[in-house]
Amino acid sequence: LNTKASTVDGANTMEKPTAYKDASTYNNYYEFGTDKADPAVNAHTLKTSPWTVEIEGMVKKPGKWALEDLLKLSPMEERIYRLRCVEGWSMVIPWVGYSLGELIKKVEPLGSAKFVEFVTLADPKTMPFVGSRILDWPYVEGLRLDEAMHPLTLLSFGMYGEVLPKQNGAPVRLVVPWKYGFKSGKSIVKIRFTDKAPATAWNKAAANEYGFYSNVNPNVDHPRWSQATERRIGEDGLFAKKRKTLMFNGYEAQVGQLYAGMDLKKFY
Amino acid sequence: MNRGLSTAWAKPVTLTLGLLPFVWLVYAAFADQLGANPQEALVRATGDWTLRMLCLVLAVTPLRVMSGLTALARLRRMVGLFVYFYVCLHLLAYSWFDMGLVVEDIANDIAKRPFILVGFLAFVLLTPLAATSFNRAIRALGARRWQALHRLVYAVAGLALLHFFWMRAGKRNFAEVAVYAAIIGTLLGWRIWKYSSKKRL
Repeated sequence: LNTKASTVDGANTMEKPTAYKDASTYNNYYEFGTDKADPAVNAHTLKTSPWTVEIEGMVKKPGKWALEDLLKLSPMEERIYRLRCVEGWSMVIPWVGYSLGELIKKVEPLGSAKFVEFVTLADPKTMPFVGSRILDWPYVEGLRLDEAMHPLTLLSFGMYGEVLPKQNGAPVRLVVPWKYGFKSGKSIVKIRFTDKAPATAWNKAAANEYGFYSNVNPNVDHPRWSQATERRIGEDGLFAKKRKTLMFNGYEAQVGQLYAGMDLKKFY
Repeated sequence: MNRGLSTAWAKPVTLTLGLLPFVWLVYAAFADQLGANPQEALVRATGDWTLRMLCLVLAVTPLRVMSGLTALARLRRMVGLFVYFYVCLHLLAYSWFDMGLVVEDIANDIAKRPFILVGFLAFVLLTPLAATSFNRAIRALGARRWQALHRLVYAVAGLALLHFFWMRAGKRNFAEVAVYAAIIGTLLGWRIWKYSSKKRL
């Protein structure tokens, strides 16, 4: 993929990117299995072409976007983001894509739109675990409109300079670097603008464990484990010390003002 | 079969089989065979093997009674000690990889999280069983008291299952939990059935 350097503030961490092998074989993508190694083994059945993303809800210009048109909508940028999983591990990944805001501006949300809902593919024919009762399929995620418009919120089509591997959410996914990884929906088929907070997949499954916001926050623990530290995948061998988790995954300077005055223990 | 289990070979073979998972994990850790997150893999694998050994040790008596292979009883202690061996490795892996061997952090984590507390409690309850698993301890306690003490393993089985269930509840991934629950449920259910049918006689 042809990319230009990103000029978005905070878009290029200087930290060492995780090995491609680790980033493409250690995945949470439950439609293809619950074990981290499952998606890389099973996701080859995913059919990524033709692909359309439907824009609906409170927008002036609803409609279907073919993947080819989305790819041409804005210049591709490389963004090197930290990725922090709610489970307590992290990676550094060079993504390819552009700010989701570019697409949002094109479809012109109505004044009444306050939230954006992301619906991902749920195809039982190609996704062996969509029949399982783990989650209420399809996997749905959501952001407040101002979060979705933030320049760091990335609509991603690739990583490590290449088209996204299927297990990483091909052909188009979201990357929201200051939130836990599960907020970044994979293989998106629908983007819906609403005036109510969308019912998101993990929040529906366990509301006391996974909040709507799910901002990376070392001071708010998950009920069953601490979020104060994280294991950087592939770093310094077996006995490497865990590193301290940073507020908003280190993007506080860029996104902190979105949550000014909010009680982040309540809105976890 | 009974004769085979009674030979001098039975114990060394059991010892070797029980150590195989440990040997494999050590090898895999050094040969980089544990995937992208080897620390997590080790914590989980040692927990899995604790549960498997627990199922095996609980299976000894039902198997012995149903098959008449009385010689199986000779191997039960070793299998029981393997439960303790793997739970110690599990606790060590968690303490080292997840908690950096900081005692204060470990203590706080145990106090704060029911899922860790339950696992730790299972370890604590297993400790007197491992500590009294030699002949002199049996003689010192007397067979009846020794047996009463070792019935704690039933409570340990329940706690271990709850610990595993809670761990998996985070991702609502209960398939394996159900398998272990069915096995342990059957093995404990057999004992209740045996006990109650004896009473009726």
